Amino acid sequence: MAIHIVDRRLNPGSKSLENRQRFLRRAKALVQGAVKKSSQDRDIKDVLEGGEVSIPLDGMDEPRFRREGGTRDMVWPGNKKFVEGDMLPRPSQRGGKGTGPGEGDSEDAFRFVLSRDEFVDLFLDDLELPDLAKRKLAEAESEGIHRAGYATSGSPANISISRTVSRALARRVALRRPRPEAIAELEAEAAAADCDEARRAELMAEIEALKAKARRIPFIDPIDIRYRRFEATPKPVAQAVMFCLMDVSGSMSEHMKNLAKRFYMLLYVFLKRRYRHVEIVFIRHTDRAEEVDEETFFHGPASGGTLVSSALQAMHDIIRSRFRPADWNIYAAEASDGDNISSDSAVTGQLLTDMILPVCQFFAYLEVGEAANYTFDMPDSSLWTLYKRLRAEGAPLSMRKVSERSEIFPVFHDLFQRRGKRERAAP
Amino acid sequence: MTATADRLFQGADWDFPTLQRIHDACDEIARSELGLDVYPNQIEVITAEQILDAYSSVGMPLFYKHWSFGKHFAFQEASYRKGLTGLAYEVVINSSPCISYLMEENTATMQTLVIAHAAFGHNHFFKNNYLFRQWTDADGILDYLEFAKGYVAQCEERHGRQAVEHTLDAAHALMSHGIDRYPGKKKLDLRVEEKRAAQRRLHEESVFNDLWRTVPTGPAKSNAVLSVERRRTLLGLPQENILYFLEKSAPRLQPWQREILRIVRHIAQYFYPQSQTKVMNEGTATYVHYRIMNRLHEQGKISDGNFLEFLQSHTNVVFQPDFDDPRFSGFNPYALGFAMMLDIERIVTSPDDEDREWFREIAGSGDTMGVLRRVWANYRDESFITQFLSPRLMRRLRLFHLHDDPAETAGIRVDAIHDERGYRRVRRELARQYDVGFIDPNIEVVDVDLAGNRRLILRHTVVKGAQLNEVDAKRVLQHLADLWSYDVSLIEVDAADTILKEYVLSPGGLAAAA
Repeated sequence: MAIHIVDRRLNPGSKSLENRQRFLRRAKALVQGAVKKSSQDRDIKDVLEGGEVSIPLDGMDEPRFRREGGTRDMVWPGNKKFVEGDMLPRPSQRGGKGTGPGEGDSEDAFRFVLSRDEFVDLFLDDLELPDLAKRKLAEAESEGIHRAGYATSGSPANISISRTVSRALARRVALRRPRPEAIAELEAEAAAADCDEARRAELMAEIEALKAKARRIPFIDPIDIRYRRFEATPKPVAQAVMFCLMDVSGSMSEHMKNLAKRFYMLLYVFLKRRYRHVEIVFIRHTDRAEEVDEETFFHGPASGGTLVSSALQAMHDIIRSRFRPADWNIYAAEASDGDNISSDSAVTGQLLTDMILPVCQFFAYLEVGEAANYTFDMPDSSLWTLYKRLRAEGAPLSMRKVSERSEIFPVFHDLFQRRGKRERAAP
Repeated sequence: MTATADRLFQGADWDFPTLQRIHDACDEIARSELGLDVYPNQIEVITAEQILDAYSSVGMPLFYKHWSFGKHFAFQEASYRKGLTGLAYEVVINSSPCISYLMEENTATMQTLVIAHAAFGHNHFFKNNYLFRQWTDADGILDYLEFAKGYVAQCEERHGRQAVEHTLDAAHALMSHGIDRYPGKKKLDLRVEEKRAAQRRLHEESVFNDLWRTVPTGPAKSNAVLSVERRRTLLGLPQENILYFLEKSAPRLQPWQREILRIVRHIAQYFYPQSQTKVMNEGTATYVHYRIMNRLHEQGKISDGNFLEFLQSHTNVVFQPDFDDPRFSGFNPYALGFAMMLDIERIVTSPDDEDREWFREIAGSGDTMGVLRRVWANYRDESFITQFLSPRLMRRLRLFHLHDDPAETAGIRVDAIHDERGYRRVRRELARQYDVGFIDPNIEVVDVDLAGNRRLILRHTVVKGAQLNEVDAKRVLQHLADLWSYDVSLIEVDAADTILKEYVLSPGGLAAAA
């Protein structure tokens, strides 16, 4: 009896992947809503972890002709005490017993698990980076190398032997280089005993001539040599640098820093999806600014007054020394509680409009407040007032106030909403 | 104790030679002792993820792409991950060779069980049961699915994914009404189908001439009004295979749309026997694995420990909770089928007087396998229960019949129980629960208003007052109208021909992409 045992375990799995994508595409609006809802009460670290979402079945069900109601007859097992003619009270309405359990139709919500990528895609789907025009060929970046024909120069390791030999052969044939076998034949004839002197001398002369010719025409000449040529293909790499500016003076509480952190992380994830290289520069400031690492940025203790211009100055210096605006897309997000020494306003405004904004793709100012819900009647802080004025004058600034964790996502969405939907109007 | 050298395997581990040995041992018993006749077997070892894949495309190894399969996959996966459902022990495909999947996580005992169950039990049933012989083409199905998958993909390329998806959605909605219920036409030959489709397309391409489009159509031909009878005969009405009717008669469908309807219809037809033989099919397979496993144990090829492991999963499979048990969700086809097979074995070998009275032909005949093989070949669930559900089994399962009439305010009446007066009625009602004629709503295309607005008229004959769910019915009819391209109406009538409800739907925006 013939039997085949086939090991299919190594076959590519995820046969259903395409069907799954079709399903997600079809349910996109629903799933997106669910994703946003579920991301609101998540920690930022988990926001990208994927996970279970549930969508209403409406619109995703597959209708069939189904009957319902009418008189029903059922045969069931496990009769304990009934006899013919008994009347049983109707159970409280439990929905149709007709449909089997586990069927999609009997559920009013449909739960399933999204992978990390699917989640991020859906989460950031309707967002868009402002002004992506500045794409720059990065000199250093080359995306692998590929063969590109043959060259007459190169490193010995790259000699193409077959090419070289075939060229040498062609040259030898063209120049009629005597074959070693022909010479050997003549030599053998000369060496033979029955050869007379005259003939021998003649042969020797001929052999000499051939040998001389063979020496003149080398077996392989340097001009035969060919090298395999490789070319590095530079690919355009859009690179971005993200400046995180934060006020760490005493008035900034942990809560406020946390809010800022969330915003930065979202921005990072978002940039990361669009650019291959994203660098982050952390600049914290009190009354003087310093570039620090992430750990210090969020958790290092600091105290002092508040001088926003110092941070902007630092950012400007860093841009000048490390990130040529021609090569980098520059994003900046500043978080502060809005305090600033009033004498600093003029300097700050000038720095911003003259130095920073012209080279930035995007500059967002996030004013963080205490958890208390006085967002709406919070008096405008000095920084807010300043930036508002600058914006009124036409500076491309985005600014938002945030005081609750749950507001971060909406604000973020708001800032990066696809342009088509909301004309550049209020950023 | 028998020498351990006879054992097929030790412990839980297995490898491919072990599978081969297991299969050969089962094969030996299945042929010589049970007299089974099976398609060649192909056993495929797969991972849990792959079995989920198989689930979502109705168990078939290859299928065309459609979002609804993705939905099922997402659903299955979620409930599997949460641990709500285990995976099926086996997925087996009615094809020749008969493909059964083994999950790699299973122990050697479970693999033996699955091989005995699927590769021999189901396999024999597929090859011998009259419904499968009549309606399915085991040799051609895999090729046909391959063709269907390619064809749908090609359509998507030519006509756009959107259009194909709409057509498939509509066809799926009508899938349960795309079945020929009565033989009469010749058996499906799926290979020929496939060739036919390719030839037809070739022909169309070769005779295509864009000029025809520009030829002005003359005034309408003679207005001879067809008599109603004549018209209905010409259209082959009444017709209960709605997909077939649309494929042949819908006025504005593109050829590729007709082909897609045809594919869906053929696949529905392929699964038609399975829905009618759940109890028998599972009963057969369970009985076969039970016999084979017992025999292997007797022969000392399976250790006592492994046999206990088998008994434990076997007991789980054939567990039937009572109606008042929270786990109750209707009859477990494995339990009912297996119980009936064992009962037949008992009737054949050691009948009592009651059995002699009820089952005169088989009682005490002694040839268990002969009788069972005949039963497996010639019955479906409904007729099987009508014939072979014995009073003794009804008593053991303590069956009772409930009659729930909404008009009756006092409650649900117990109409019959497992006693002398009730046996036949209980049995008839149980059989009826498995009768597709009663399960699926009886909907037919009855007429088309050819002279007027081309409205398609369907009729649902209401049985026992059960009307269609309105929301779903409207959705399905919308799909139907989109395929038909003109208005569609459905009337629900009861036995006395009074109209209970009427739906009328017009084709929506998508129409039949003209």
